[in-house]
Amino acid sequence: MEQKKIKKKKGQGFLHWLPFYLMGLPGLAYLFINNYMPLVGLQIAFKKFNYAKGMWDSEWSGFKNFEFLFKTKDAFIMIRNTICYNIVWIILGMVFGVTAAILLNEVAGKKAKKFYQTAILLPYLMSMVIIAYLVYAYLSPTSGLFTKIIERITGNAPEFYQEAKWWPFILTFVNQWKGIGFGMILYLSSIIGIDTSYYEAAQLDGATKWQQHRLITLPLLKPTIIMLLILSMGQIFRSDFGLFYQVPMHQGVLNPVTQTIDTYVYNALLKVNDVGMSSAASFIQSVVGFIFIVVANKIVSKADKSSALF
Amino acid sequence: MRTKGQKGWSLGANIILSIMSLLAIMPFLLLIIASFTDETVAMTDGYTYWPAKWSLAAYSYILSQAAMIGRAYLMTILVTIIGTGVGIVMTSMLAYMLSQKKLPGRKILNFFVVFTMLFNGGLVPTYIMYVKTFQVKNTIWGLIIPNLLMSAFLIMLVRNYFENSIPEELYEAARIDGASEFYNFFHIALPLSVPILATVGLMMGIAYWNDWQNGLYYLSKDAGSQYYTVQNILNNINDNIAFLASNASAGVNLADLPTTTVRMAIAVIGILPILMVYPFFQKYFSKGLTMGAVKG
Repeated sequence: MEQKKIKKKKGQGFLHWLPFYLMGLPGLAYLFINNYMPLVGLQIAFKKFNYAKGMWDSEWSGFKNFEFLFKTKDAFIMIRNTICYNIVWIILGMVFGVTAAILLNEVAGKKAKKFYQTAILLPYLMSMVIIAYLVYAYLSPTSGLFTKIIERITGNAPEFYQEAKWWPFILTFVNQWKGIGFGMILYLSSIIGIDTSYYEAAQLDGATKWQQHRLITLPLLKPTIIMLLILSMGQIFRSDFGLFYQVPMHQGVLNPVTQTIDTYVYNALLKVNDVGMSSAASFIQSVVGFIFIVVANKIVSKADKSSALF
Repeated sequence: MRTKGQKGWSLGANIILSIMSLLAIMPFLLLIIASFTDETVAMTDGYTYWPAKWSLAAYSYILSQAAMIGRAYLMTILVTIIGTGVGIVMTSMLAYMLSQKKLPGRKILNFFVVFTMLFNGGLVPTYIMYVKTFQVKNTIWGLIIPNLLMSAFLIMLVRNYFENSIPEELYEAARIDGASEFYNFFHIALPLSVPILATVGLMMGIAYWNDWQNGLYYLSKDAGSQYYTVQNILNNINDNIAFLASNASAGVNLADLPTTTVRMAIAVIGILPILMVYPFFQKYFSKGLTMGAVKG
């Protein structure tokens, strides 16, 4: 009797699976609304959008929006900034992350290790608004700590928020400062996985620590490093909106070094109300970003299937 | 058996990591000290680690403005609780469905979820849809629903846990005893998944607590300000400072802006809960970050 029941269940008709589908339904519905429905709106990039007429009834305008966009200086600036910052930060992030992870692995005391990890990861879980406040505490034109110190030494106060030349460095510092803890624990989790007998054997052979890391740790980390590099290359067309929007306090003067695709799209949409340009830039970001991710992932899955996203 | 070289490395590592820890913490220290600095001292000397005069004025100002700031605080808590609660239930139920290896259509459904990580409509269509079709502008839903409620990344994290850490036999045994699938989910899958659910809940909670973008997009300054969270208020103050800086003599009245120290005090109370809770949950947080980073 019992046996038969199980067998019957193994036949597994629709009724058997119904409860599972019901459980999945709310989540699937949400993803449909939040992630799939907006895709229909991509057509706005090819339309002369009119709020009153709505998306469907606005007239088609072909590639006009894109033509206008690429006639402006903004198009070049935002694409250059997005890509260049990403490349520099991906490389720096890797170098700092691996270094910090190797160092953390050298710390013997459990308490010290935990303290370092907790402290260095702290900035990672702060919102960009808060980070903008922290930066402002140092750079504010009236009361910033650095502003005042420089004023005391040189006699005149630097106007950080009005001079573009500082910002590539400030943004780079903030980005690394916020992200280094994440990189560190990421690489640490790979280092912990390395068989300690490699190191023991190397020590018996008289290898120095430096040699051990150069000849054991780094080569064994290589697959992880390459994988993460390629995966982050897939994100190269996206930028951290908060970092570029909040931290420079949206000062127009700084645009040449702080404008990225994401800040442009936001400003064009909600500040200037230029839906055409905004949707064109947004469209390019979605499509090119998608191509980058798919290509990056193809490369990763060729090398190691289990590391690929799909 | 520790050789001389090893001792050197260990010492060097400790020194460098101490400096890095210090660099990570110092800005927060400055923020906190700035909030306890006397206003006139802050104006003349700037923010320092060693203010000439300390003061609680910023905090008593906040207390006097309890209607505005207290309200924002409650808003933050409300949004965080609703968002995280609903998000975690929906995420784990969907993950449970996807974890059924023989589920018909599993491959397609998995792809349906993963694809959201690869391609999205971007801000413009999403914004227009939420504002025009769903009318979330200037409602609390504008803070909770767009983008934050679920992420494919967390769904996959929970799905993998269900698949790898809970033996199928447990469900089978319960089924023989006549348990429904819902019973299995709530009484077997969920209780056995507390570690991953804590991690996911923590990540979601922090995302909601920190969020200012939904407020920026979906709350307008006049009609939406009643729904402002702490982050939205901070963002708004920033906005006004920025406006002041680029239009030096324009209409914004200096007296309307929270003072130099009050600003910092609001920021401090905004991060206080995270600072207090984080050291205890650091383990879960780190685990969540590393688990998903390499494998999707």
